[in-house]
Order: sequence, then structure tokens, then C-alpha cells
Amino acid sequence: MTLIDMRDVSFGYSRQRQVLHGVSLTVRKGVSVGLVGESGSGKTTLLRLLLGLARPTSGSISFDGEKLDISSRGFMRGYRRSVQAVFQDPYSSLDPRQKVRDIICEPLQSLRIPGFHGEAVAAALDAVGLPADAANRYPHEFSGGQRQRIAIARAIVARPQLVLADEAVSALDLSTRIRIVELFKRLSQTMTLVFVSHDLGVVASLCEEIVILERGQIVESGNTRAILDAPKHPYTQKLLQSVPRMPA
Amino acid sequence: MTAMDETTPLPAAPRRSRWSLALTVGLILVGIHVAVALLTLFWTPYDPSATAGGRLEPPSLAHWVGTDRLGRDFFTLIMIGSRIALTVGAGAVAIGAVIGVTIGLLAAFATRLLDDALAATLDILIAFPVLLLAMLVVAASEGASLWSAILALGIAMSAIVARLTRILAKRILQNDYITASRTSGTSWPGVVVRHVLPNIWPTLSVNFALQFGIAVIAESSLSYLGLGAPPPNASWGRLLQEAQGTVYTAPIGAIAPGIALVTLVIGVNLLADGLRDIGDPTRRVSR
Amino acid sequence: MTPLLSVDGLTLKTGEKTLVSDLSFSLGAGERMGLIGESGSGKSLTAMAVTGLLPKSIVPTGSIMLDGQQVVGTPERALNGLRGSSVAVVFQEPLTALDPLMKIGRQVAGPLARRLAREGRSPSRREMERDVLQFLDHVALPQPERIANSYPHEISGGQRQRVAIAMALACRPKLLIADEPTTALDVTTQAEILKLLDGLVRELGMALLFISHDLPVVATVVDRVTVLRNGRAVEEGPVRTVFDQPRHDYTKTLVDAARAFDNALEGTA
Repeated sequence: MTLIDMRDVSFGYSRQRQVLHGVSLTVRKGVSVGLVGESGSGKTTLLRLLLGLARPTSGSISFDGEKLDISSRGFMRGYRRSVQAVFQDPYSSLDPRQKVRDIICEPLQSLRIPGFHGEAVAAALDAVGLPADAANRYPHEFSGGQRQRIAIARAIVARPQLVLADEAVSALDLSTRIRIVELFKRLSQTMTLVFVSHDLGVVASLCEEIVILERGQIVESGNTRAILDAPKHPYTQKLLQSVPRMPA
Repeated sequence: MTAMDETTPLPAAPRRSRWSLALTVGLILVGIHVAVALLTLFWTPYDPSATAGGRLEPPSLAHWVGTDRLGRDFFTLIMIGSRIALTVGAGAVAIGAVIGVTIGLLAAFATRLLDDALAATLDILIAFPVLLLAMLVVAASEGASLWSAILALGIAMSAIVARLTRILAKRILQNDYITASRTSGTSWPGVVVRHVLPNIWPTLSVNFALQFGIAVIAESSLSYLGLGAPPPNASWGRLLQEAQGTVYTAPIGAIAPGIALVTLVIGVNLLADGLRDIGDPTRRVSR
Repeated sequence: MTPLLSVDGLTLKTGEKTLVSDLSFSLGAGERMGLIGESGSGKSLTAMAVTGLLPKSIVPTGSIMLDGQQVVGTPERALNGLRGSSVAVVFQEPLTALDPLMKIGRQVAGPLARRLAREGRSPSRREMERDVLQFLDHVALPQPERIANSYPHEISGGQRQRVAIAMALACRPKLLIADEPTTALDVTTQAEILKLLDGLVRELGMALLFISHDLPVVATVVDRVTVLRNGRAVEEGPVRTVFDQPRHDYTKTLVDAARAFDNALEGTA
């Protein structure tokens, strides 16, 4: 079942500054996808388009068969119930003046999701491995990895179908990084994951399919294992070679 | 696994109270003035317009601060001054805040062109001396009255509030939690109420407190220049103006309003600092 | 032979908190060592302590002998002479390490001029310009003239970091401290910068103290490592030994994590 269908999408701030050129990709339910690219690849823009924060200059994006209509309040409400995001910087993605409970609760309130919110918040905290009393605390009381867990809790509290992670572990230390990657692995069993990253090792750990972006275009895409074992495009090869490895 | 279990929150730091000395002193000083002001709505020691004693009498048991040049009880006049000062301060700040924050937020959200135009206009307004602007407004409103002065000061101050709001809001809007709020389905007005205003409030509140003091003193200046209401509804500034001629023979006429003015302004500033600290979550650990 | 850098029982305290505790290690001329640690390990503070650039609120005790000079407790003026000649630092964030209002050429000329003055030479402006361009070329920057004439925000992150390296090298220090120099860079840029650093350090015979939390990155440029955790050294030794047979639990955690990502990449998960 296709969740996201991007057809020939282009985006540019002006005639000269084109960021994406005719990008087409598909996200199927239950198949996590890694979007790999470096700075200038257009991956951030791609993510923004998928999050409905900007409109493509050409091409179309459909979710579950329906075309994305950013201007429709009703449509976006439904879309956001299904598509949520986790951002890169754990120190910037949580409002310092809000309690954790209110932070996690925001999607439930804004999307008018019925039911007892307290329960949903507690369930989300549990799912990300944080104790229940974390709800009463403020972001500054937590470490980077814990904050990222809070951000993930916020993303999953409305039980979305698709979670978009934008370099969600890049700002974390190694030992924390692997734990959060494990958390994402667990979550990807019930939700579909689109993971944007420049880190091939992380993407290889999490995603069945991979899309390599260079300068606004997809240069290679397909099954992660197949591509990593036999990269065809020179950029993919260069990327693979550049990853520092542990001494054998 | 290892002792470094990342999933439990950091142990609660020893609880540091958010209460401060500033808050206590501020509350007391402002509290006194507010109490006095409220009291004057029902009762004053003497009828403010009545001649209660001889002219320019020194402080005595009957008249704690003596009498003014028309024989009215000075203490009563000072008390009424409290009410007026609080009205002026609160009124001017409120007007300045409403106008200023609105314009500031609009500028922060505006497109580049509109924002640049607004910023330039604000800079021009700020360049005008507050007092001059206020005098123009008062003159335009045909005669001096308390409310024209308050309106004038409020408008003059709104420019500074607007510029501050604009800068603060812009900075806040760059944070990821704003984007996260949007992707959580919150509308832009919702984002403003939920995230922008609470985060700009600490800095703004200190600014408001400072402006309260400036407004009270500015109104005193207006009164001093004869543009304020005459006694018995006189502000301290007006009292200061009237005390000019007799400052050597009856200095209490200038000292008393002066002390009242200073204590209120200091009190407001301390109170604002204390309130800002109380509202700051990073200054303490919960539970 | 006395080591170039000798840290002995270094403790860093701020108020009641101990940030670094009883740290000891040494580095000889031309040797390359890695300081591995995550956030809160005190690794960056150690680098600052070695160069005498700790903020006033942090109090060091113990001994740091750098190029024959004690750093702990030494007044600023004596330390100033060390910086540049004995030690130079490359930081993580190239954008903040460079002055945004000064053209690149001028910024590189700064440390270069100081070093030349130290050597008793005061070259003409034209000679300086030529030297600056040579340095920019040495760090593999394309079109050195264009770069020298640009401001930091006009060039890319990788290029800025190369400039920072050029500035550090212009000092011809005996010890180069690199604090997470490639963490803020793209993967392909990182690989290039690491190769550059590696080559230049060997070529100029400098000692290198490489600080990072990224194990494979550290492994590519150093021979020995010390693992820091919460301000304490928990393990040290040759890179291969520490990575192949980690003794301490914490080191094991880090090594396992790094290998897990490697395995995912190789498909041997």
C-alpha cells in the first residue's frame, strides 16, 4: 500500500535557485526509507515538502491516493494526524517554557483528537523509554538523548502512520545514538519511517530502502542492501568510501 | 547495563527557590502604593479640596506632611497621587503593550518588504523624544487631562515595545519547536499564543516595568510643565511643580512627592524582576 | 627525552562540581593521540586547559607541562607566547572560529605574521600575500586568490575548516589540537579534511591531539587513544588494542556501537 507518492517534484526559490529537480519517490506502508544526502542535496527541502510546510513549484505529492492540499485546513488536519516529524536539534525542538506533558500533548490538542490525553501522553512516554514522572518536568532537566526521546514521544502520541525523522540522531553522542536508533527500530514495527540522514551507517541500520540525493536529484534508489553491496552511481560510491570505518 | 543508564531523568537538583528578595521588597513597596490608592477611592484623611488648615504648615500630628499653599492636607494629596501614578503607569504600559506587541508580531511575520518598512517607521518614531511626542498628543487633544496624557505616553512607548517584540519574536520563530508546533497541527495564531508570547514575555515584562517607571516620571514632567491636571486630582509631578516656589521655606512639599515617586518606581522594577524569575522554569527543578 | 606535552593529575573544578578528575597522559613530539569522549566527558575542557584558555570560573589543579613550560597557574602573558608557537587549535565550528567581518586572506595573515615576527623576519606585504596564498593552496583550497578575497560566509563549511587548519598551520606549532574538527561537516568533506590533516601533520612533523566522540574517525588519524568518561580516563592504549580488546565496560559500549553501525553498512549485522 502506497503512503506517499511523489511525482516529478521540483522546488525552487526563484528561477536561478532550484533546489529540487524532478524528484520522484514512493513510500510504501511498512517499508522504511532512508533519504541520504549531504548539504545542498535538497533533502531538507524534500522533507519540508513532505511535511506540508511548502508547496512544490511543479509536480505532485499524494498521500494515500489523495493529492496534498496545503491550503485546506481540514485536509491538513487529517494529514498531520497521519504524518509527524522528529527534528535534528534536541535543544531547539522543545519549548523551554513548557512542561513535557504539554509538549507531548500538543498534537492531540491541535488536531482535536478525542479521548483522554493523559493516557496517551503516558503511553507515549512509556513507548520511548522515559519514566512517567518526566511529564511534570521541563526540557532543561534532560540530556540531549532524553530530549530526543521526548520529541519522538510527541511525534508518535497521535499514532501517525508515517514518521519523518530529519537527522534525528546526528546531534547525539555515539552511545546515545545507537540507543535512539534502536528505539526507532522498535517503532518502525508499527509505523513507517522516512529517515533523512547523511550518515549511511544509521540509514543502513534502520531502512529497507534507500534514496541517494545529490544536488536536488535522485542519483540512485532501491533496496538498501543491494545498493550498499553494489553501488552503481559514482556519488554513491564516493559516499560509501568516505565513511570512516573501525579498524578491522 | 552500565551505571550510565540514559533512560532515567537526571536526579533532581537541590530545590532552589524561585522566590527572591527583590520579589519581597517589590511586593511590599508596590503593595503599599496599591493599598493606598484603593483606599482613596473610599476614604481620605481629609477632604482633598477642602481647606483643612493654615497655609504651608509644617508636618504635625494633625497633618502628617503639613499643608499645601492653599491649606489642603498634603498627605491626602500624596495619597491621591498614588492612585494617579498607578493609573498612569498601568494605563500607558497597557496601551503601549497592546499596540506595540501587535505591531511587533505583525512585523515578525511580515514579508521582507513590509517588515523593512515597519522597522524603519518604528526607528523614526523611537527617535522622537517621548516627552515631545506626548506633548503633541496632549496639545492635539485640546487641553490637558489625565487620559490624554496616558494615551500620549502609551502611543509614544508602543514603538519601543514593537521593535523589541519584533526582534524577540523573530528569534523565537527560528527555533525548531515552532516548526514542530506547526507539524503538530497548530495554527499560526495558536503558535503565537502557545509558544511565541510565553517566550518573549520574560524580556518584555522587564521592559514593561522599566516603562512603568518612565511613564510615571514622564507624566510628572508633563504635569510639571503645566500640562497635567491641577489639584486635588494632582499627580506628584504637579505637586512638585507647585512646590517650586516654596522649596526653601517648606521643603517637605518637594521631598514628600519625590519619595513617593521613587519608592513606587523602584518597587515596580523589583517586582518585575521577581516575577520574571518566578516564571522562569530553568531556575528550578520541579517537585 | 621529555615529552612535548605532559598532563599530570589534572583536575578541573568549578565551584562544587568536578569536571575533570585526575587526568594524566603525555604526548611526545610528532606523536598522535586521540582523546575519545562524549558530551560531559571533559575532553574539550582538557584541550582548553592545555592551551591555558579555561574560563575564569574553572579552576585547574595538577600539572600541564607544554614544551617545557608549566601551564597551570601561569600568568596570561607567559602563556601567550606558547600559543601559536607551541600549540595551535582547530575547533569544531568553522563559522564561529573565523571573524565574520574580516577577509580570509587577512585572517590567515595574522598568525603567519606573528610566527614570522617570532622568527625575526618582517616580510613585505607582497611576500605575505604570496605566503598566504601558498598556505591556502597547501590545504587544497581551489582558487586561493578568490578565497583570500572572500568573507567566511561566502565559502562553504568544508572550505572554512580548511582555512582554520591553514591558520593553525601557519603558526607552525609543535602541537596541533583538533577538537571535533570534522563533526560539523558532510561525510565526503570529512573524509577529505581528515586526509588533509593526516598528511600535513606527518609532513610537518607536528604532534597531534585529536579530540572526538566518533571512534572510526579517531582511528584514522591517531596511533594511541585515551577514553574519557565524566572527566576521568577509563582506558588508554594503542588504537588497535583498545578497539579490538576494550577492557573497560564503557569503552566496550562505544566500540560495540561503532561496530554495530559498521556491520549494518557491511551487511554483516
